[in-house]
Amino acid sequence: MGKFSKKKEGGTPAISTASLPDIVFMLLFFFMVATVMRESGEKKVQVNMPSADQVKKIEKKNLVTYIYVGKPIKKYQAKFGTAPRIQIDDAFADAKDVGPAFLKFKSTKREEEKPLLMTSIKADKDVGMGIINDIKEELRKVNALKINYSTKKGGVEANK
Amino acid sequence: MAKRKLQEINAGSMADIAFLLLIFFLVTTTMESNYGIRRKLPPPPAADTPPPPKIKKKNVLEININGQDQMLIEGDLAQDKDIKPLAIKFITNNGKDPNMSDNPQKAIISIKHTRETTYKKYISVYNELLAAYNEIRNKYARQKFGKPFDQLTEEQQKIVKDAYPQKIAESMPK
Repeated sequence: MGKFSKKKEGGTPAISTASLPDIVFMLLFFFMVATVMRESGEKKVQVNMPSADQVKKIEKKNLVTYIYVGKPIKKYQAKFGTAPRIQIDDAFADAKDVGPAFLKFKSTKREEEKPLLMTSIKADKDVGMGIINDIKEELRKVNALKINYSTKKGGVEANK
Repeated sequence: MAKRKLQEINAGSMADIAFLLLIFFLVTTTMESNYGIRRKLPPPPAADTPPPPKIKKKNVLEININGQDQMLIEGDLAQDKDIKPLAIKFITNNGKDPNMSDNPQKAIISIKHTRETTYKKYISVYNELLAAYNEIRNKYARQKFGKPFDQLTEEQQKIVKDAYPQKIAESMPK
């Protein structure tokens, strides 16, 4: 039986962890690439978007300007009140600033990309249509006709 | 100097460093899904735009929303869930009912709202109208090409779109 007892000497060999760093690095790279450092540094308005189910996904995110509409957050309420405001980039804006902001964004894009530009309105579900309409009118004036109403995915029953 | 054997750097802690970075990126990643309702605005009015052609009243489905988010469709009080069946009936009427559209090409849906109407109400109404159009287009696409609208080629989609154009007019009385 000596033949067989020899085998047991080693016990189970330890699993090599040499490839562990490789696996972890792979995951790391994936998350590094997938991470988008938030496109606007600071949100100055509260946005709780309404729900809709007839939605499309935005693919070319680099061709989209975002306009936020909502109540100023607590920190700014003393200064700006609680009436809904527009935020473009990192600052509060008025409806009349929408057009120039779009043109500025457009001027940074290549010629063939210009017809594909889109403006995404991220508005709080409780803001009035007046302010949205003002934005739309300004966008029409500068020929920014492709717009997108950002919504959550879900039935409209959630909008009650 | 005596020749010393070059010592190998211990790479055992490499995994720990990588893990640390991994966890950082895991936490900061927001897989931001960006969904929304697409809309094309009408081009800005030019000075020489001809006056709009006369449209028969029966070809227009009027939706009025007031500042309290109450909605009238053709003068009758309605809820969100009523929009879709009504719109489908209106668009695909093809002259059957004398009070509804002559054909889908002529059918116009008009939304009127006030400054106080909330955005969520507007989105709800808009979403239901789109749902109606999508259902009609899908049905037509299945009949004609045997496939849902999304899977058609661009030319086929155009045929379907021409058969059932989306004509939604918006206005906000001052």
